[in-house]
Amino acid sequence: MAVTNNLKVFKDSAWLGWQMEANWTDPFLFLTYSIVKPIAGTLILVLMYIVVTGGETANAFFSYMYVGNAMYMFVAEVLFGVTWVIHDDREHYMTLKQVYIAPMNFYMYIMGRSAIKIAITSFGVFITILFGVVALDVAIDLTSIDWPLLALSLVLGLASICILGLALGGVSFLTAKHSIGINEGLAGVFYVLSGVVFPITILPTWAESISRFLPVTYWMEAVRRGMEPGVMRELADTSGYDVTGMSNVSDLTIMLYLLISVGVFFALSIGVFRIADYIARKKGKIDWTTAY
Amino acid sequence: MPHAVETQSLTRIFRPKKKKEGSVVTALDSVDLRIERGELFGVLGPNGAGKTTLLKILSTLLLPTSGKAYVAGLDVEKDLTAVRERINMVSGGEISGYGLLTVRENLWMFSQFYGIKSKEAHARIEELLARFGLSSKAKAKVRTLSTGERQKMNVIRGFVTNPEIVFLDEPTLGLDVNAARAVRDFVMDWVQSDRNRTVLLTTHYMMEADELCDRIAIIDGGKILACDTPNNLKKTVKMNTTLTLSVYGLGGINGFDNIPGLNSYTSYKDVESGTTKLRFVLEDESCVSEIVSEVVSKGSRIMSLQKTEPTLEDVFIKLVGRGLA
Repeated sequence: MAVTNNLKVFKDSAWLGWQMEANWTDPFLFLTYSIVKPIAGTLILVLMYIVVTGGETANAFFSYMYVGNAMYMFVAEVLFGVTWVIHDDREHYMTLKQVYIAPMNFYMYIMGRSAIKIAITSFGVFITILFGVVALDVAIDLTSIDWPLLALSLVLGLASICILGLALGGVSFLTAKHSIGINEGLAGVFYVLSGVVFPITILPTWAESISRFLPVTYWMEAVRRGMEPGVMRELADTSGYDVTGMSNVSDLTIMLYLLISVGVFFALSIGVFRIADYIARKKGKIDWTTAY
Repeated sequence: MPHAVETQSLTRIFRPKKKKEGSVVTALDSVDLRIERGELFGVLGPNGAGKTTLLKILSTLLLPTSGKAYVAGLDVEKDLTAVRERINMVSGGEISGYGLLTVRENLWMFSQFYGIKSKEAHARIEELLARFGLSSKAKAKVRTLSTGERQKMNVIRGFVTNPEIVFLDEPTLGLDVNAARAVRDFVMDWVQSDRNRTVLLTTHYMMEADELCDRIAIIDGGKILACDTPNNLKKTVKMNTTLTLSVYGLGGINGFDNIPGLNSYTSYKDVESGTTKLRFVLEDESCVSEIVSEVVSKGSRIMSLQKTEPTLEDVFIKLVGRGLA
């Protein structure tokens, strides 16, 4: 019964999320926006890379960087999306207190609202990678993709991001309009520390130690191994050293690390959310407005 | 059966983060209340009296500083989901709502969060939209509604889930006369149609409290100053009833002196219109008929008659020492 109720809340919240995300314009404009936005965002990095390297994109490191950057869209969009649910409901639509006192699983509500963000971002990631393969020689070979590894890592990785988002959602109860800045800041930390475009081995030792604690680091490694196994091998061969710092670690071990870090962050995030929820009720911040 | 609402020494203190942001505010100070099932209970007080704070605690939005609060016998601090299954809340002046959804979609979505079956929810939504004159707006986007229409939609949202206990926080605030009347009539009908339904209404409109509520708690500075039926509260005011007559062709006023139960009287003659305004202060209301007889026996015609009794405002002034406005 509880599972059925939770699934229903998830479904209804996802429907609401879809209305929020897509109902502001006509379908054609929304589709155009969904294609142009991720490509335009990626081109910023591509142009910088081309300027620095003199136009060379057909190499292993470009593919490494391009895929990492494309997958990072999930991190940025989902973290932003989850905290935006709290912010938007509370300050813009002023519905948070009504949603909050409804007898439903609030986690399911947030996850449902965020699910649609993941779906839209997935489309953006797909378009970006397709664009990379077709226009920029990103080395992804459909015949060599390790589909089970890719699928499992995507599921675990997205779960880890949603879990992190949940903690940020809790923090958003307590913060005013700067909650947006907090999630952007945290997303930036993941960008630098999780091997998105910079391998973690080029970081200072202390920063690399933090990287090895983060689920996104293992997610990036697992996704790349699943999506572009040839690139990962070439990167290790041509550079002459262990660029990612995990070349000698098996796929199974990487997935195990990912699973463990997701578990740890799940416990931490639920704890943070509950504490933040308690403090918000104690301080009367569930229904405050600060931005509009 | 447990009370619909019970509070025991309920206290809520707000402390500013920094001293310069103001002083400590005691929004609720040892509030003890017991509201029976089936009651339409009013909390009457000025702005800042603690009314909204009380409702926020009861609806699980806010934790008390000390004391206990129970809704349907359930602890609002511990039994969150069970409390939420039984309640809903509507705040006056509320313009909330997902602007991109239609009115019907918005109401349906909230009903789903309460686990109402979709078909049943749609039937209730149509019925309530019709009751509040919003049927023509069912397909309108919420963002296109006027402030009053949004507020009516929010009242519907509060009742569409068929809660046992509804908390109404100044529900008619900002509504025009007709819309406010529609809300009051609906609330009255709703609570009277089922003995298990309870409404806790906060307001600073005396007339609204007097008209709607079975019992009223008068609150100021976070303290409950009095709690009783409107009539019993009015009886606590030692104020004599006054009778004002506008009379045409009054010859003299000597005959009133010997009427038992009459405390005093004054007269004012308007020479231009030929009418005399008589104001009698009564110790005993049974003397009204003798006063009227005396006026008529003098061959005068009564143009108007007005009896003035103590109001809730008089009760409030007596308890607080100032008016509600």
